[in-house]
Amino acid sequence: MLTGSAAEADLRVESGVATIVLSGDWTLEQPLPRADELLDARKADPGVLRTVAFDSSALEEWDSSLLIFLTQCEAYGEEHQLTVETAGLPEQLPRLLALARAVPERTTPDAPERARFLARMGLSVVTGYASARASITFTGEVAIAAGNLVRRRVGMRWRDFWVVVQSNSSGALPIVTLIALLVGIIIAFLGVVVLKRFGAGYYVSYLVGFGMLREMGALMTGIIMAGRTGAAFAAELGSMKITEEIDAYTTLGISPVEHLVLPRMLGLFVMMPLLTIYADFVGIVGGMLVSMWMLDLSATQFFGGLLDAVTLSDALLGVIKGVIFGAIIGIAGCLKGLQTGSDAGAVGRATTSAVVVGITLIILANAVMDWLAALLEV
Amino acid sequence: MTPAVTAPAVIAPVISTPTTGTPAIEVRGLTMQYGDLVIMNNLNFSVRTGEVFVLMGGSGSGKSTLLKHLIGLKAPAHGTILFEGEAFDLENDATRKRVLRRMGVLYQNGALWSGLTLAENVALPLEEFTELGAEAIAEVVALKLSLVGLRGFGAFYPSAISGGMRKRAALARAIALDPDVLFFDEPSSGLDPISASRLDDLILELKASFGTTIVVVTHDLASIFRIADRALFLDIDKKTMTALGPPAELRDNPPSDEVHRFLTRSSEGLS
Repeated sequence: MLTGSAAEADLRVESGVATIVLSGDWTLEQPLPRADELLDARKADPGVLRTVAFDSSALEEWDSSLLIFLTQCEAYGEEHQLTVETAGLPEQLPRLLALARAVPERTTPDAPERARFLARMGLSVVTGYASARASITFTGEVAIAAGNLVRRRVGMRWRDFWVVVQSNSSGALPIVTLIALLVGIIIAFLGVVVLKRFGAGYYVSYLVGFGMLREMGALMTGIIMAGRTGAAFAAELGSMKITEEIDAYTTLGISPVEHLVLPRMLGLFVMMPLLTIYADFVGIVGGMLVSMWMLDLSATQFFGGLLDAVTLSDALLGVIKGVIFGAIIGIAGCLKGLQTGSDAGAVGRATTSAVVVGITLIILANAVMDWLAALLEV
Repeated sequence: MTPAVTAPAVIAPVISTPTTGTPAIEVRGLTMQYGDLVIMNNLNFSVRTGEVFVLMGGSGSGKSTLLKHLIGLKAPAHGTILFEGEAFDLENDATRKRVLRRMGVLYQNGALWSGLTLAENVALPLEEFTELGAEAIAEVVALKLSLVGLRGFGAFYPSAISGGMRKRAALARAIALDPDVLFFDEPSSGLDPISASRLDDLILELKASFGTTIVVVTHDLASIFRIADRALFLDIDKKTMTALGPPAELRDNPPSDEVHRFLTRSSEGLS
């Protein structure tokens, strides 16, 4: 949006002095003349010009734009060995220019060359090693803190513990219910379609039972809680890191692990197995509904078939997985939160990292436990 | 020796309303509230064009809240705020933008956008509100960064510089559009005395060169006596303004014990 009269600069040359006549409103909202273009018009006869002067008698409003024009004139004068006289300008301009030049320009060093492929690989290994070491150290600190709690050597803030318990019970039930129900339904659909081909549709209850109790109940609960609670832990502790609350604990000689991490870990430790059992149950109900609808099985037939095949160790395996997943989520969330940087984007990065690391480790741990279960014939 | 000071029986006569100059900002009967909690009552004052106007008062007296009202971040519970005679209508987007275009704000912590370099921070208002080309914008950015003593720092991200430098970069952003009115929220907090003094110099230079109206929220007495043409005192106990005038006059003839204690940095008479 243009306002006022246009900014204009005309050149008048007399006796080696190029006088720039300024008129109109010189504001940032106007298209502005460039000094180099104006003075270049006299370039054909460079020997004639010795001085650049200004006439601002017709100048109306002005702001920084005029200061920029003056800097352009000075740069041009320096390049072409011309003297720039500022006497004809508003008196504030040279003063502002002096203020702008009061601090010397910082010379920024050249950006370091991008490291070569091998160097980058090496750096990744070093970073990975440091990160793994930090995780192990942190896990050790949490274990020591837990040991101290058992021996009553530390006082834990039980209020924080109950907040985590509440958040992971009633707060998490809707999403766990929905996902577990859908997973149970999906397993049952798969079973109905595949097993029917072999005339073994009745065994769908086996598939749902084994699938939910050994694998999907704990796995899906772990993934949900990594996205929900792990992210929340990272964001809470990350925000506390930025506002120096963690430093305040440390400088008072209070362990942030005991006061902040332990209640969260313990809350998850208690709630994850319970949520896993709940997810198992809801998933099995989902599978039963599909079986009743597509195979005309009764609830008694479904559960009868399921209990024939599924043993207590199958259910216990899932619960143990839930406990381990809870520990992974807690450690990933709290560690990433405590490792948060100091800029505004750091909390976001810590949260993302907590979720990604949590889910990856959960799936990895699941594979390892399945392998161990197969070895031990559980 | 503390001069004998008594609280005025009637608050209104203490406040000298401006008799000269066009008001850049006019506040009429402003009441500020957070929910049902009244912060300040019945504020009436005007900020003259081209003056440095300081909002002062004890911690929690509502200075920053008043600033938020002046820059349109909070709506008055009662009363009106006029910006050069125009009501600051928060609901009308066109009016709001037109008024905001003429304001610059330096927030207490700088509030630089962390995902942008310093140059990009300063360039953004120019890209949004002017039709300048990329080359002209780069020149304006370089000039503004130079004015705040940050020549050559354009490529840095806010996280890579100190708190004082962040504040100066934020000032470069605030003056990017050569605003008519500049608001400063605690400009010297977190700055060393030299940087704080340099900031005061810059405030005075902006006033002298561009005729910028400047509203400053501050506790810094040295700064108040150096830069302020007039100062407004918010009294946390009375929940209203109890003094308005040149700071030296208020110090020499304090209208209340609170103003006297504030301007002489004294806790005398407090139980």
